[in-house]
Amino acid sequence: MIQAIVFAPLLAALIAGLGNRMIGNTAAKAVTTAGLFLSCALSWPIFIGFVTGSAEAGVTPVLQWVQSGTLSFDWALRVDALTAVMLVVITTVSALVHLYSWGYMEEDLDQPRFFAYLSLFTFAMLMLVTADNLVQMFFGWEGVGLASYLLIGFWFKKPSACAAAIKAFVVNRVGDLGFMLGIFGTWLVFQTTSIPEILAAAPAMKGASTIGFLGARVDTMTVLCILLFIGAMGKSAQLGLHTWLPDAMEGPTPVSALIHAATMVTAGVFMVCRLSPMFEAAPVALAFVTVIGALTCFFAATVGTCQWDIKRVIAYSTCSQLGYMFFAAGVGAYGAAMFHLFTHAFFKALLFLGAGSVIHAMHHEQDMRYYGDLRRHIPITFWVMTAGTLAITGVGVIGVFGFAGFYSKDAILEAAFGSGTELGTLAFMLGSFAALLTSFYSWRLVFLTFFGKPRWAGSEHIQHAVHDEHHHADDAHGHGHADHGDGTAGYHPHESPWSMLVPILVLSVGAVFAGFVFNDTFINRESFWNGAIFYNEHLIHAMHHVPLWVKLTPGMVMLIGLFIAWNNYIRNPALPAAFVNNFRQLHAFVYNKWYFDELYNFLFVRPAFWLGRQFWKIGDIGIIDRFGPNGAAWVVARGSGYAQKVQSGYLYSYALIMLLGLVAAISWVMVK
Amino acid sequence: MDFTASLALIAPEILLSVSGLVLLLAGAWMGDGASRLVSYAAVAVLAVCAFMVAPALCSGAMGPDTVAFGGQFRADAFASFAKLLIYAAGGAALLVAPAFFERHGAMRAEYPVLVLFAVLGMGLMVSAGDLLTLYIGLELNSLSAYVLAAFLRTDERSAEAGLKYFVLGALASGILLFGMSLTYGFTGTTTFEGIRTALSGGLSTGALFGVIFMLAGLAFKIAAVPFHMWTPDVYEGAPTPVTTFFATAPKVAAVGLTMRVAMDAFGKQESAWQQVIIFAALASIVVGALGAIGQVNIKRLLAYSSINNVGFILIGLAAATQAGASAMLVYLSIYVAMSVGGFVAVLMLKDADGEAVEAIADIAGLSRTQPLLALCLAAVMFSLAGIPPLFGFWGKFVVFQAAVQADMIALAAIGIAASVIGAFYYLKIVKIMYFDEPVNKVHGKSDWIHWALLAVSAIFISPLGYLLTRWLGSLADKAAAALLFAA
Repeated sequence: MIQAIVFAPLLAALIAGLGNRMIGNTAAKAVTTAGLFLSCALSWPIFIGFVTGSAEAGVTPVLQWVQSGTLSFDWALRVDALTAVMLVVITTVSALVHLYSWGYMEEDLDQPRFFAYLSLFTFAMLMLVTADNLVQMFFGWEGVGLASYLLIGFWFKKPSACAAAIKAFVVNRVGDLGFMLGIFGTWLVFQTTSIPEILAAAPAMKGASTIGFLGARVDTMTVLCILLFIGAMGKSAQLGLHTWLPDAMEGPTPVSALIHAATMVTAGVFMVCRLSPMFEAAPVALAFVTVIGALTCFFAATVGTCQWDIKRVIAYSTCSQLGYMFFAAGVGAYGAAMFHLFTHAFFKALLFLGAGSVIHAMHHEQDMRYYGDLRRHIPITFWVMTAGTLAITGVGVIGVFGFAGFYSKDAILEAAFGSGTELGTLAFMLGSFAALLTSFYSWRLVFLTFFGKPRWAGSEHIQHAVHDEHHHADDAHGHGHADHGDGTAGYHPHESPWSMLVPILVLSVGAVFAGFVFNDTFINRESFWNGAIFYNEHLIHAMHHVPLWVKLTPGMVMLIGLFIAWNNYIRNPALPAAFVNNFRQLHAFVYNKWYFDELYNFLFVRPAFWLGRQFWKIGDIGIIDRFGPNGAAWVVARGSGYAQKVQSGYLYSYALIMLLGLVAAISWVMVK
Repeated sequence: MDFTASLALIAPEILLSVSGLVLLLAGAWMGDGASRLVSYAAVAVLAVCAFMVAPALCSGAMGPDTVAFGGQFRADAFASFAKLLIYAAGGAALLVAPAFFERHGAMRAEYPVLVLFAVLGMGLMVSAGDLLTLYIGLELNSLSAYVLAAFLRTDERSAEAGLKYFVLGALASGILLFGMSLTYGFTGTTTFEGIRTALSGGLSTGALFGVIFMLAGLAFKIAAVPFHMWTPDVYEGAPTPVTTFFATAPKVAAVGLTMRVAMDAFGKQESAWQQVIIFAALASIVVGALGAIGQVNIKRLLAYSSINNVGFILIGLAAATQAGASAMLVYLSIYVAMSVGGFVAVLMLKDADGEAVEAIADIAGLSRTQPLLALCLAAVMFSLAGIPPLFGFWGKFVVFQAAVQADMIALAAIGIAASVIGAFYYLKIVKIMYFDEPVNKVHGKSDWIHWALLAVSAIFISPLGYLLTRWLGSLADKAAAALLFAA
């Protein structure tokens, strides 16, 4: 069964990708979507089996892969509780995104390619989460990277999309280098790539040995875990290697929902949880994870407050939420991290697909400054987006009911505080402040988009749409231009088709109930995980007994954020501009994403370009080409000229050359 | 060895000379109208001769039983191998000629007769066991060739080609004769066996001069640099069927003869000639390749191509091993097929009036007007460039392999590098035929004999040729063994 789950998307991708125009749009879309719904239908029983406790963890061998000396690993599919969680997340979101894309990509000329990439991505992601050894995990890891690259650059005629795709690829290579070194090092130390064997041996290695790395002797497990975590940082867009994620929004919105919100970017969290016994043997590495996670969480939330592009706001939000997951893992609450991953997948996919629906309605306008008052025009989208926002901001009443984020985010904050360490407390503080910001930017998005007065007239996209519409209308009825003073520019947004609304509605069910239903399973039941992750009972105990104010903090900051957003964007819309005027430098700093791109541009990109240009101009053109191919061609052309000049046609010169040749030969053998 | 046995060994040559004389009389008696008939009769004679020499090759004949007239003449497997190639090339030159000359009104019965005598001379060359046999064969071949080159005597270029060939050929003969007399003077014998024995101790300066002069004279015949200067002019000026002949049969004969002289007569003194051969090989490859670039006449281009190919063949000789000799024979076989294919294709390039088209620019876009012809010509070009999977690659491969086995890695490496230059102009022809705008110059219909010959050559050099590698290789090995038997 697990084979069918993993390989159905691959098969569908091959059919759609290789068939392409031959089989046509509908067939390609149908086969990929059907493949994903099949995977999804098969995944849920597995997950429910683990929830009810009836399923057992197991490994299904597929193929022998490498047998070389002591190095050996095979293709195998591992299913345990951790994998089961990922399976339902991936297949559900992917199936819904496939369905959603029927509507969203309706007018695209290249639909088979798009759907093939989506299914290919899903296959790679499934290979990643079912990996039983680090090499197969790396295969999936690179596979999702490739699919991500292809999908970010799906509209390859747009230079910005190509640049974003390359940026995503290159930044991920940095992380991948760390990941690869980590895998090599792990093999060097443990003499195996099998994950269960490594995890079994890891606890005994805690502080047991040192290893030479970059000329220093350092604790073995610390080095290995930090290297592996650097891989996770790249894939999960953590502070320092996060710059690609906002740019990745150049891809079509369904891609953002599937890859850059729900699944691929969580691969790093998954990997840390999968290897949690290893990380537990490296306290320093865990501290590093905590710090990076907390900082990312805070940093991305600040940036999210100032962005105008609706997708970028959600992208920074994703970055920030990933930070939560990492510092949860860092303090040892792997269950909470996975729980947040699980709920986040639903509400973040929901938010992205909802944003896609808005963009679809607004004729590809993504700037929130040109939205407003949309709740009356696209009510279904409005309600599901509200549900998503309630989920991400964590609305709920303790002990009664809450939206998905309420349970998972609170669990993380409590675990951070409950861990009792200084870093845990720091993470708690940063996380709580980020929760305030989360509430603010999420409601800001809702208020700017769905409330207030229409501001559509300023948008070029809308004007184009209106102009085209009027043009047609003029042809048909001979009506003149109507002057619209209400900011709508005469544009009428339409609700999205059902193929788009159904996936959003399904996801909103998850966003509302996923936390309430699975809270106990993920956080409190060691029997559910059953060794799939490191389960710290002591920490769970501590997190349930944190002071009341800690438990109330997330709710309070959420309300504060909501109030500020309401105050700034509903009650007094002039306030943000005044704030920006007063704190110009602070705003510029945050608005420009803390100048990370500029810093990297100065530190790495430009020197790399300079170096590349030197190699190109001097090394390649100046030396290799000049003395290599071009030089050889020059010599040949010259030689050919001489050869023809000598061939004068005169008999005496021919005879002379013969005699000279003879004399030369004689002289040579004489002096030799 | 009694006289009768010697006569039996020389039977193909007797048949050739007798039928040459008979056909001469027949031609004189029946007039030019019968020249087609005479041509076909000559082809039949060559076919019979081929059957006469084939058994010696198949059985790998060597040793005393193959020596006639006290060492003057040898009918061993090596001679048979070379003769079969010569007969095949001669037959091809006879078959393509009538259609060509008849359009000029110049088809005469002398043509097949001259070809037969040239073939006879070449047969003597490859069978030579003595300096005198060598010289007689060479001169018989040369004198026929001079006349053949000028066969279109009203055509200026043809006449010029004949004259140039004659004058330079005479100079080369002089050099050769001088070398022979020096050799005779310092060894006291004219038989190869005797020379070999006399030089087994050491090499005096006089004998060294003899070696070099003789090799220089022979290098003229095989058109190796720097004795190649006549080649482009003669190949271009001579009538195309004659060029087909020159590019194939005499090359085989001269290379065969050079092998006999170098590896048999001077076989004990290889250090004396090896370096000269290496130089000639590399110079031929490079000059052939460089000269071909920039040529606008396709016959002239093929002339340089033949110089280039001779260089590769000489690499096998430079190795001075049995494997090298075998590789040379394999290369020669493939080379003959490629040359016949190439020149027949050139013969088939005719404009609407039936005039020959020789300018490379005029075959632009040939793939669209004459796709089959373009395909065959492209195959020939790829094969000449030595690009796998065509058979030309195999020839180069065995030669380089022999050089590497003889520890001449530098020679092989330079040869391979220089063959890249050659690829340039071969591929340029393909590019012109396939990718340039058609000029629609080539129209004429061709004789079925031309098509048949082109088809046979094209199939031989196509990847199907590799089916023959084992068979060809074993025959070449037998021939090479017979050549080195005395050694």
